[in-house]
Amino acid sequence: MVELAVNILDAAPRNEPAPAALKAESRNLNFHYGGFHALKNITLPVFDHSITALIGPSGCGKSTFLRCFNRMHDLYPGNRYQGEIVLHPDNVNILDPQVDPIEVRMRISMVFQKPNPFPKSIFENVAYGLKVRGITRRDQVAAKVEQALRGAALWNEVKDRLNDLASNLSGGQQQRLCIARALAIDPELILFDEPTSALDPIATASIEELMLELKEQVAILIVTHNMQQAARVSDHTAFLYMGEVIEFNETKKLFTMPDKKQTEDYITGRFG
Amino acid sequence: MTNEADANAPPTPGHRLVRRRGRQLRERFIEVLLFLAAASSVAITFAIVFILVKEALPLFREVSLLDFLTDRQWTPLFDDAHFGIMTLIAGTATTTAVALLVAIPMGTVIAIYLSEFASHRLRETVKPILELLGAVPTVVFGYFALLVVTPLLQTLYPALPGFNMLSAGLVMGIMIIPYVGSVSEDAMRAVPMHLREGSYAMGATRLQTAVRVVMPAAFSGVAAAWILGISRAVGETMIVAIAAGMQPNFTVNPLEPAATISAFIVQVCLGDLPHDSLGYKTIFAAGLTLMLFTLLFNILGYWLRKRFREIY
Repeated sequence: MVELAVNILDAAPRNEPAPAALKAESRNLNFHYGGFHALKNITLPVFDHSITALIGPSGCGKSTFLRCFNRMHDLYPGNRYQGEIVLHPDNVNILDPQVDPIEVRMRISMVFQKPNPFPKSIFENVAYGLKVRGITRRDQVAAKVEQALRGAALWNEVKDRLNDLASNLSGGQQQRLCIARALAIDPELILFDEPTSALDPIATASIEELMLELKEQVAILIVTHNMQQAARVSDHTAFLYMGEVIEFNETKKLFTMPDKKQTEDYITGRFG
Repeated sequence: MTNEADANAPPTPGHRLVRRRGRQLRERFIEVLLFLAAASSVAITFAIVFILVKEALPLFREVSLLDFLTDRQWTPLFDDAHFGIMTLIAGTATTTAVALLVAIPMGTVIAIYLSEFASHRLRETVKPILELLGAVPTVVFGYFALLVVTPLLQTLYPALPGFNMLSAGLVMGIMIIPYVGSVSEDAMRAVPMHLREGSYAMGATRLQTAVRVVMPAAFSGVAAAWILGISRAVGETMIVAIAAGMQPNFTVNPLEPAATISAFIVQVCLGDLPHDSLGYKTIFAAGLTLMLFTLLFNILGYWLRKRFREIY
């Protein structure tokens, strides 16, 4: 895997700024839902300060792969990981049974497909991750909440009604609230699982813009159904099909001159 | 049908689409039948209220409402008759409070455990058994309170009288646990998985997720379960009639015997009072009071459900 990553970096145009550091990488990752072999030998890098997109038809395993990064599959019985996801700079395999999934989730946060604000106030939603970590000092929490809401470009819209229920916000605002919630804990990597599929085009554009700003601070791994979205926001793209990585490359290359016929067929809309 | 069109004439547009009288009549008939079925329950409710009010009214010609509400004695069958309903309300409130102190915490904890912690198999095994507890006849619970729980409590506190509200309340609480637990658990299971996942993804533990996200999300259902428990406790009759004693006693001390509203009604109904006596009328006044209380809790439950309804 390291080799692949190095190859990509070698292939990158030399006029780009300093090569991106690895934030995480999966090595020969296999995943089973009970008897179903959902992910097959996936080896992929996730670079720091950049956006890595996962595309592929429904059921190809892209969400399954994403949810391995915060051990979401641990919540349900009968799921099994094989292989490694190594988190850098610690160089630790986060799938190791010795690793506490809660510790992993403290560092890798997630934004879901459907906005899922908690039945609490706007403030309490953003403060949730802090409270869960035992941070209760009022001024500290308030400062963090404001910072996160600013980071999610929501502060100006909600600063006068922080105590309103989050469910009163519009869909796009709710999704930005969920991003603020994910940001408040200073994550190193944020997982986005089709974050705009439930939103209208305007809200989608604002979320995409936000992701481009966020990558200055964190690594982003995003699953998307929308190939234009992958092309617009991501730096690298992986095309998955039937639980396997068909192709991984810089987004520009993957969309303009894919190496594989299957990739070309998919991105030109011939299947999927 | 009357649409026998002439073969030569152009077909009228309605020929095959005209209303069928037979079907319409049948539909109408079924609709009326269903309406009557639905209306009968409303009618019965109103009939009960009407009879309660009608039979209770003569009492209030002899006893002022003020006395009814403020007198501290309830002795309608004595020569020196007093009609202070507060005495019975105190008994009902005390046994209910003891029961709720048992049922609400236990029922809620059981619901949290079954909904958020137990494996699917365990839940499917335990829940029917729990609900079976609700199927035990209340008369059995009554004797259980009188003959098992009271002697047990007396070993801890020898001065406890044989009839007391503590023992009745405790057993009533045990009886209500399945109602509170089962309804709360249903409400918590109905919270969509994506809310739980959101919480876990933030690094929350199971307990944090259950208490900080699932409980608030299911609050309207959980509150409805509590209200249901209160209504059951207020109206419960057999256990208190058997184990709490039937002497009206103006006290809120659970260590004493006392009569509840429902126990008093049983006592009078089982007695041989003439039907037109004043004492007999009191059971309608007591019944009306009881009904007002359960109505109050139902309204409260309805309001809570509306106020805290979650849109997932």
